[in-house]
Amino acid sequence: MASQSATSIAVQRSLARQRRDATGLAFSILLLLAMLLTLVILVVLLVDQVTRAIPVFQERGVDFLTSGLSSNPANAGVFQGLVGSIVMGMLVAVLCFPLGILTAVYLEEYAGDNLLTRFIDINIRNLAGVPSIVYGLLGLTVFVAFFAALGFPNNGRNIIAGAVTLTALILPIVIITSSEALRSVPKTLREGGYGVGASRWEVTRQLVLPAARPGILTGTILALARALGETAPLLLAGAILGTFSTSGSLQDLFTGPYTVLPMTVYDWARKPQEEFRALTSAAIVVLLVLTLSFNTLAILLRNRYQKRW
Amino acid sequence: MTTETLAPAIDVGGAVAGAAAPAVASHDGQGGSDPMAAIPSAVELRGVSLYYGAFRAIKDVTLNVPRQRVTAFIGPSGCGKSTLLRSMNRMNDLIPIARAEGSMLFHGEDLYADYVDPVEVRRRIGMVFQKANPFPKSIYDNVAFGPRIMGAKGNLDDQVESCLRRAALWDEVKDKLRQSGLALSGGQQQRLCIARAIATEPDMILMDEPCSALDPRSTLQIEELMAELKEKYTIVIVTHNMQQAARASDFTVFLTMDQDRAGYVVERGPTLEIFTNPKNQLTEDYVSGRFG
Amino acid sequence: MATPTTSPAPRTLVGSRARRRRETAIGRFFLACALVSVAITAFIIYTVLAQAIEFLLAIDLSQLVAPGWFPRRGMFDVATLIIGTLIVTLIAMLIAAPVGVLSAIYLSEYATPRVRGIVKPVLEVLAGIPSVVLGFFALTFINPAIIQSLVPGAKGFNLASAAIAVGILTIPLIASIAEDAMRAVPHALREASYGLGARRVTTATRVVLPAAVSGIVAAIILGVSRAVGETMVVAIAAGASGGSLRSWNPFESGQTMTAAMAALATGSDQVAGNNAAFQSLFFVGLVLFVFTLLLNVVGDSFVRRVRQAY
Repeated sequence: MASQSATSIAVQRSLARQRRDATGLAFSILLLLAMLLTLVILVVLLVDQVTRAIPVFQERGVDFLTSGLSSNPANAGVFQGLVGSIVMGMLVAVLCFPLGILTAVYLEEYAGDNLLTRFIDINIRNLAGVPSIVYGLLGLTVFVAFFAALGFPNNGRNIIAGAVTLTALILPIVIITSSEALRSVPKTLREGGYGVGASRWEVTRQLVLPAARPGILTGTILALARALGETAPLLLAGAILGTFSTSGSLQDLFTGPYTVLPMTVYDWARKPQEEFRALTSAAIVVLLVLTLSFNTLAILLRNRYQKRW
Repeated sequence: MTTETLAPAIDVGGAVAGAAAPAVASHDGQGGSDPMAAIPSAVELRGVSLYYGAFRAIKDVTLNVPRQRVTAFIGPSGCGKSTLLRSMNRMNDLIPIARAEGSMLFHGEDLYADYVDPVEVRRRIGMVFQKANPFPKSIYDNVAFGPRIMGAKGNLDDQVESCLRRAALWDEVKDKLRQSGLALSGGQQQRLCIARAIATEPDMILMDEPCSALDPRSTLQIEELMAELKEKYTIVIVTHNMQQAARASDFTVFLTMDQDRAGYVVERGPTLEIFTNPKNQLTEDYVSGRFG
Repeated sequence: MATPTTSPAPRTLVGSRARRRRETAIGRFFLACALVSVAITAFIIYTVLAQAIEFLLAIDLSQLVAPGWFPRRGMFDVATLIIGTLIVTLIAMLIAAPVGVLSAIYLSEYATPRVRGIVKPVLEVLAGIPSVVLGFFALTFINPAIIQSLVPGAKGFNLASAAIAVGILTIPLIASIAEDAMRAVPHALREASYGLGARRVTTATRVVLPAAVSGIVAAIILGVSRAVGETMVVAIAAGASGGSLRSWNPFESGQTMTAAMAALATGSDQVAGNNAAFQSLFFVGLVLFVFTLLLNVVGDSFVRRVRQAY
């Protein structure tokens, strides 16, 4: 803006005047308030939980993370829940990512536009909207029953059945986000691959998947964070509400009773004793650190790789 | 299809006549000798029609693509020249509703025969696209991509160098082979794509408006490159730019579309003839810039 | 000049048979993966339907109308749960719909890229907060700090505080779908509006909003579906885990369909056994499934309408 002619100043003034117009101003303020409300809610929630949790961490320190469940608030800790959530996260990742990504690859790269494809597609969209507790019914009557029928201990209520249930729950999300990531890979890249005589698999594996990797990773990590925060389906699919003890053996880890962090939170939130309130908040902080770090990772990943094409 | 007895004689004639051959051949659309068939063909199209679902994009094209020459497809937008080009290495197979009729003989083999593997076809007939589309890999890996999927193992340095040299890109990139192909300029990217296409050692290279996104200097480089490449490869180029067709091609095929929007060949022959002495009024209108 | 050759041409374009076989095998394997999701749907429908029918056969149908939902006492008044669900969904949407849509307008029409880069992650973090956390927040903060201070007679567990938390959970979903719809409105439309001298507020409300209306409707419908299906918040904050009387009062404790299912799953008898109370879980599940499925189908058709328009 080195040379400002009289007209340009006049134009700027009239533009500035327009911005000061009352309706416009009121509307902008309304929008800003809506945004701020969300921000305020988030801040209040986090501050509220953290302030409630601080005394527990001050008093108990690492002990809170390494002690097991107990009906005595003085020595109750989140150990089983933490271990359960971590193992659960790994199992879900191992089960769900290949299945979800390969389904997306099938739908975007392999399937023709036919009735079967459309059926699978509609089916996945609707599955994504099924309430999570309904997956619990599936987990209870199919997956838990399956392990029970095979003679697994604890009536088949093990972490594997839980992981399969959560896999079913987030599978549609993983498929939909992976499909979007694959769709955003430009057609010209595929053409280049086919043009030099690459087969469909070679084009997919060597060109399309690497190009879609950031988008796929973002979607799958978000889905995993969602799985780690889920409670409702696991109420039915066998996670233990209340205290239990395990021998700590590897076999027990996979076939014995288990729980996850959100279940611990739910369990303690229901307890009438006042002491458990603070413990609940402390468990919530641990849970939030776990899920929000996944969320943050996904957001960072996406921002870093945005707009490559 | 050339018979075995005819082929050598014409081969000799073609080789001797070289670039002069088109000018010598008499241009006669109706019967008589077809100058485009007087040279051994890389591809012979016989009654080729192409469809997208129920829509016929190309109708009844019969055409010989002369070996080791540059043949240009020209015509108004939407006349199906790109579709026709892409049918020649079965790129259209990637569109589920696309379908081809008629026969397309490549060294005597029908490209659309049941036994034919489109992947194999594309290794023998390479393609360069409208928008340069190097892979998001290093310059070296772009060129090595084709040989590697064809099973080449170990050191490909010599092959990469020779392809980049043939694509007139070596001197510009020899010190930065590990850099991303996407970091090159538009013209360099397009030459990288040509090098990538050459690397699978095809017989023929299809170019779909390769210069439409390039500046005049880069365009000229590509045109000069085509003149060199035809020593070894058959080249078919689709272009909107009539000067380019006139400058860079030996033969020109003019397509337009009928009232059903189906593309058909109006006239074909030596480029000089098409541009200076077209037989058909439509051709004349188009090459003189009155239409299209 | 096309003289047919006498000897058939050599078949040089056959390609590698091994590669073809591999390609076919890979394609089939991927199809098998895709069919897993179909199997999941089939299993859900089968188990829920079969057990729901068993439940209906086991009880006297008059048990479905009662003064309240007390499954362990044989009172299966579905209306109680549907009313509870309606109350929660309505209050939740009163919060989530305006806040979500206004946030979407802000993000799409007003925010500079830098502001967007801050605000968008805030919404995403909010979306990533597990619902148990919001349930506890509703019980220990929203209720005492907001509901009970506004309505002195409100119970310690009530539907209203749960509904507010459900609304908070739904904001990011609505904002994200509505924003996608508004960003899909072609830029030319906005430029045309500005070109006519329209102000930003006019462009946003008279041009972009009407053009994106299908997407906004979709956002709200899918938001409703999400609110209907939300379980843990209500299970924690609305109380009434043993059962509740039919009531339209949001300041009483109460149950939604989902919370009733959670209560059945967490009861002292741990849903074991094959009694009617256990099977009512599947009956409620069926009602919930059908309800949300309808909402999703309708919502999805609106989303698709946006995609087709631009």
